[in-house]
Amino acid sequence: MAASKRCNVSSENLTVNDVKTPKIDINGKVDLIIQSKKHANDVFDVLEYLQSEKEKNVVCAIDGCTKLFSTLLERGELYVGKLPKEELLIGGDRSADEKYCMFMRHRYNGCLELLLEHISHESYQIKESALCALMQFASMEGKFPLQDLDWSEHYSFPRELIQAVVERLLSQNEDMALLISRFQEYLDMEDVRYYVMSSVRDNVGRVMDKTKGAVMPIYQNNVFTLLSNINMPSQESELTNYLVKQEAKHEDWKAAKLKEHKRTFERLWLGFLKYKLPSNMYKKVLVILHDSILPHISNPTLMIDFLTAAYDVGGAISLLALNGLFVLIHQHNLDYPDFYKKLYSLLEPSVFHVKYRARFFHLANLFLSSTHLPVYLVAAFAKRLSRLALTAPPAVLLMVLPFICNLIRRHPACRVLIHRPSAADEACDDPYLMEEEDPSQCHALESSLWEIQTLQKHYHPDVATAAMAINKPLSQQEDAISELLELSTYELMERDLKHKQSKTVPLEFDPATQLLQGSGGVGVLGLNFSLE
Amino acid sequence: MGKPPKKKNLADKVRKTKTSTEIKNNPFEVKINRKKFDILGRKSKHDVGLPGVSRSKAINKRKETLLKEYKTKDKANKFIDKRFGEYDTKMDPEEKILQRFSMERQRTQDKKDMYNLNEEEELTHYGQSLSEMEKLNDMVDSDDDADEKGVLSAELTASHFGGGGLLRRKTQGEKDNGGNQRAKSRQELIEELILKSKQEKRERQNQKEESQVLTEKLDQDWKSIQGLLAHKNAPKADRLEEEDKPKLDEYDMMVRELGFEMKAQPSEKMKTPEEVAREERERLQKLEADRLRRMMGDVVEDCTKTQAHMSADDLNDGFILDGDEKPTLAYQDGKWNINEEGAKIEGDDDEEGGEGESGEEESGGEEEEEGSGEDSHSDLDSEQESEGGEEEEEEEGEKDEVPATKSQLSEEERKAQAEAAKAELPYTFKAPESYSDLKGLLQGHPADHQCIILARTQKCNHPSLAVGNKLKLQKLFGFLLEYVGELASRSPPELSTIDKMITQLYGLCQLFPEAASKAMQTTLVDSAHRMEDVLEVKGRAAFPQLDMLIYLKITALLFPTSDFRHPVTTPALLYISQALTKCPVMSLEDVTSGLVLCCLAVEYVSFSKRFCPELINFLLGVLHLAVQDKTSTGYSVVPPFRQNGKVSDLLVLSDPESSQTWSKKTLPLSATQTLTLTTDLDTDHYRLSAVATCMDLLKHCSSLYRELTSYSHIFQPITTLLSKHLPIKTYPAALQDLHGEILATISGSLTSRPLLVFQKKKPIPLKLFTPKIVEVLDYGKKRGNTKEEREKERLNHKYKKEFKGALREIRKDTRFLAREKLNEVMGRDAERKRKVKELFGSLATQEGEWKALKRRKNSRH
Repeated sequence: MAASKRCNVSSENLTVNDVKTPKIDINGKVDLIIQSKKHANDVFDVLEYLQSEKEKNVVCAIDGCTKLFSTLLERGELYVGKLPKEELLIGGDRSADEKYCMFMRHRYNGCLELLLEHISHESYQIKESALCALMQFASMEGKFPLQDLDWSEHYSFPRELIQAVVERLLSQNEDMALLISRFQEYLDMEDVRYYVMSSVRDNVGRVMDKTKGAVMPIYQNNVFTLLSNINMPSQESELTNYLVKQEAKHEDWKAAKLKEHKRTFERLWLGFLKYKLPSNMYKKVLVILHDSILPHISNPTLMIDFLTAAYDVGGAISLLALNGLFVLIHQHNLDYPDFYKKLYSLLEPSVFHVKYRARFFHLANLFLSSTHLPVYLVAAFAKRLSRLALTAPPAVLLMVLPFICNLIRRHPACRVLIHRPSAADEACDDPYLMEEEDPSQCHALESSLWEIQTLQKHYHPDVATAAMAINKPLSQQEDAISELLELSTYELMERDLKHKQSKTVPLEFDPATQLLQGSGGVGVLGLNFSLE
Repeated sequence: MGKPPKKKNLADKVRKTKTSTEIKNNPFEVKINRKKFDILGRKSKHDVGLPGVSRSKAINKRKETLLKEYKTKDKANKFIDKRFGEYDTKMDPEEKILQRFSMERQRTQDKKDMYNLNEEEELTHYGQSLSEMEKLNDMVDSDDDADEKGVLSAELTASHFGGGGLLRRKTQGEKDNGGNQRAKSRQELIEELILKSKQEKRERQNQKEESQVLTEKLDQDWKSIQGLLAHKNAPKADRLEEEDKPKLDEYDMMVRELGFEMKAQPSEKMKTPEEVAREERERLQKLEADRLRRMMGDVVEDCTKTQAHMSADDLNDGFILDGDEKPTLAYQDGKWNINEEGAKIEGDDDEEGGEGESGEEESGGEEEEEGSGEDSHSDLDSEQESEGGEEEEEEEGEKDEVPATKSQLSEEERKAQAEAAKAELPYTFKAPESYSDLKGLLQGHPADHQCIILARTQKCNHPSLAVGNKLKLQKLFGFLLEYVGELASRSPPELSTIDKMITQLYGLCQLFPEAASKAMQTTLVDSAHRMEDVLEVKGRAAFPQLDMLIYLKITALLFPTSDFRHPVTTPALLYISQALTKCPVMSLEDVTSGLVLCCLAVEYVSFSKRFCPELINFLLGVLHLAVQDKTSTGYSVVPPFRQNGKVSDLLVLSDPESSQTWSKKTLPLSATQTLTLTTDLDTDHYRLSAVATCMDLLKHCSSLYRELTSYSHIFQPITTLLSKHLPIKTYPAALQDLHGEILATISGSLTSRPLLVFQKKKPIPLKLFTPKIVEVLDYGKKRGNTKEEREKERLNHKYKKEFKGALREIRKDTRFLAREKLNEVMGRDAERKRKVKELFGSLATQEGEWKALKRRKNSRH
């Protein structure tokens, strides 16, 4: 075979030039090839380097290839159109120039394949260089198309190349998050984004169908990372940044229309969410759903199914689905039956401990700010929250107590929860039913918020002070809870320390002599533990 | 003598008052000043005036002053009394007399003494020469005389002053008795009296003489004894002085100094135990009240606790150098030396030699106590040796205990240490400047010695000794904390050493509350910060290490945990809560750490009975770990626990039989770090111990939170768990008892309580326009508005009034003078008229006589 012959030749050459460093060697050869067609065979050496074991060499080779083939593309020295098989090349009656072009085109194709393989390389540097090189070729190909232009559909965009790159990026066995974030820079370009979106959609459909919808964490994670890196433009006029400029009929180009972008985006997400997701993926999707997906979908109501399903899952996922649902209810007129009942059932002791509590309470605050809610519902919420507050950490309590007070302020009929002068002296058991799921049946309105009275004895001074608010008629002004939503215990501690006390620090007056000595009351530690 | 004038005075008075009332009653004398209004409660002086009286008074006064002046007008002569201080009103009459007397004496002496060389002034007492009195040394004290002189017999006085009542009564009595016996005449009675008194006098004289004789005898006796006494004292003193004079050597100086040293001074009365106890109780009551106030959280800024308080029997040794520092006398190389210097020298030696070796101070001290002099060097050595031996043993024991720390020391160092141990600890220490200094100071000493070193460091660098010491000691607290942390993080942790250091930490904390709280805060915040960082990345954190647990405990020991808000304990409690909510339990070690934190939380809130939700949550979670069947529970556990998971069976017994061999033991604190349980049985026992601890804590909590209104709801999940899910049947009897106790406590609580109502508050009063009150002192007239203006007005008015009054007086004076002059002139004229008349008369008689003579002549003729 001709190829192997040439390989032998090149290896001889290699031994001659062994003294040179690979970088200089590659650069020199690339220059030679560019200068004259005589040295065309040196391209094999360069490709050899591309397969080298050494990371440095590979990176240099990639650079060299980029330079070489970019120049060739620019000069039009690559064969355009349908490429005949290489075996047929020798026999065919073509001019030397044509032969040369074909030969080079074959080398170019080989180079592309190698680069695509390098995307799955273990070294990140190689991955990155390969990706950059490929995108460089894509942009060059866009300018100097290698196919006979098919004006009707794709204009001159190297669709196959992008598809291949996407396929490599969405690996099924490797987490490509880093590379994908590198790829984001190309995703800012409108046409790249458009074609990437459509290729991803095809890819997802193909892969997931193959596995019959089974969960594939790594693959789905890669897809999600890629998707979440897509920044959709919000206005048509923002579509200005293109990888490939189209001279003719630019306006008709699909990649230049926001509507098309949106449609593709929507189809892409729906295609992705159609399949079963791992639960942490669910959370991730829900976290970004409301502000980076819903606004860019042409028909957001299509998301209802997904969201209601997520809302029914329970736990943290339900909390997160709330956000998307809110957008739909608020902006797209969604009517969700038993929404408040569901919300009520979401109030579990764990709600104070999960990561998304700030978001949840922000939304709960919004949902409960409506003045058209029935009194029994608001009372049920207030009572349930205060019951749950018995297990909450202090940072949350500082938020929940004003929250409850705000509820009572908004709905003055709820004031009986903290002030029922008609039955002042009667002692009674708490009529509230914690287990009842229906807020209308839980008798919250007949109860009182004794829990808050209990919290007046809370160990943290701020909490105790906040709980004292129910002793007096509430002020008209609502408490602002927005800055309390994200309060953490550590911030609370820092706040305590900043609480400057000019006076002296009170000291314990019982002299301490032993480590396990009791302080304040009984030495519980000393009773149960020994100094060993 | 005294009575007649008195009577006269009284009569005078009576007459006077009579006249005055008469005058007052006489309507012609009285002028009534009419009042416009009757004002209640006001007494006016001037409603009735007596113009006649006041006029006559004024006239009299003028006569005394103005008239006299007028009369002496133009008269040059004047009588001036030149006696000393005659016109000086300030001088006491007594003083005046004394001065005059002394001046007189001086004058006479000056004259006499010119040529009189020998004669001294004779001092007298009651007119008798003192020198004479001295010579008669048998004279009795004048006091006695005076006494006797002053006391007259009752009879005598009665007879003299009683108006003869005595005599009369006697005669009457005699009449009664004697009947017809002739009454004694007055003359006889008096004679009798005189006789009696004379007899008494004689008797007294006799007595006096006798006592004098006795006194003399006593004197004589005393003199003989005195001689003996003097013999003993005097010669020694003499000899000393003789020695003294030639050379003042050091010994004598020392003795003198000792002599002049402050003698024991009367100190405050020693307090009886009852008093001490009472004071202590009062102090504690006050502190307790203070604590309660702070617990309630009313923010009273003027904290009375500005200083660290001292107990009643505090020897104040924080402020005054102790016996250790006081210069004590000791011999060194045959010379007096002050111990401190020696110590200092040796301290320097130590610094050079690394580890503290020499140290004869203590032995020196002992030597003193024994009271022996210079010859005790030998037994000193032996003592040292024996002590050294003991210490070596201690040291070795310590080494066994802490192989990890000792192993790094080389063999030579070990030897050096053994030698160091032979010697005593040095007495003075430099305050460590860095943590490594402190470590170097304490490393390699047994726990007791470390404490002593710290105590001495503290004393040597007491703030009252030098300026920078305060800062040094403040730093020392931080270093000590760090050291404690390091001790706790060793494996195995040296907790007994820490235990001994608590006293030191407490002492330092009492001295420098600010610095201590700052150091503690920093430690807490650093740890919390680390935990926060981990939490942000992972969402959960590991349980705090043993050193943090120890720090938290120390915090509770040094600072009051019951305060409503406290700069140290509040963050510490927050830290505990953070750890209890954010650290998932992964192993038995974690369970132990969590339980320690729970214990701490209980201790923190036990006094103030404040509610800590995390505590209950955690205990519930721990008990949940012991439940076998995790499905279908009637309660839900709170994060960090999970309803079911891979570690949720941590406390389930592997073999129920193992509970029979279990006995209640306290858990070791070191189990929070590493737990080595080899067999299943051990593990089961450990599990049971953890469950027992947990139940014990629950018992505490259930009684602690009894008063909370939501008590039953707080403990509802725990009740469910305890009564339905916990495999209590498989647990030993002790645990079953505990279990029953908790359930009884919880179920015994009240579940019903009154519905909430707002606190009663005072009704807000209506807004009123309060009248502006202007102070008006004089009605009717417009006065100045400001205070100054009013004052000026007032003074002006007063001036005017005075001016008018003075003018009136002057006018009256002139009128009076004019009247006097007129009177004078009239008098003179009348005199002249009378004289003229007289002359005319005499002339007329002369004329008449002459005419008669002439007529007779004529008739004769």
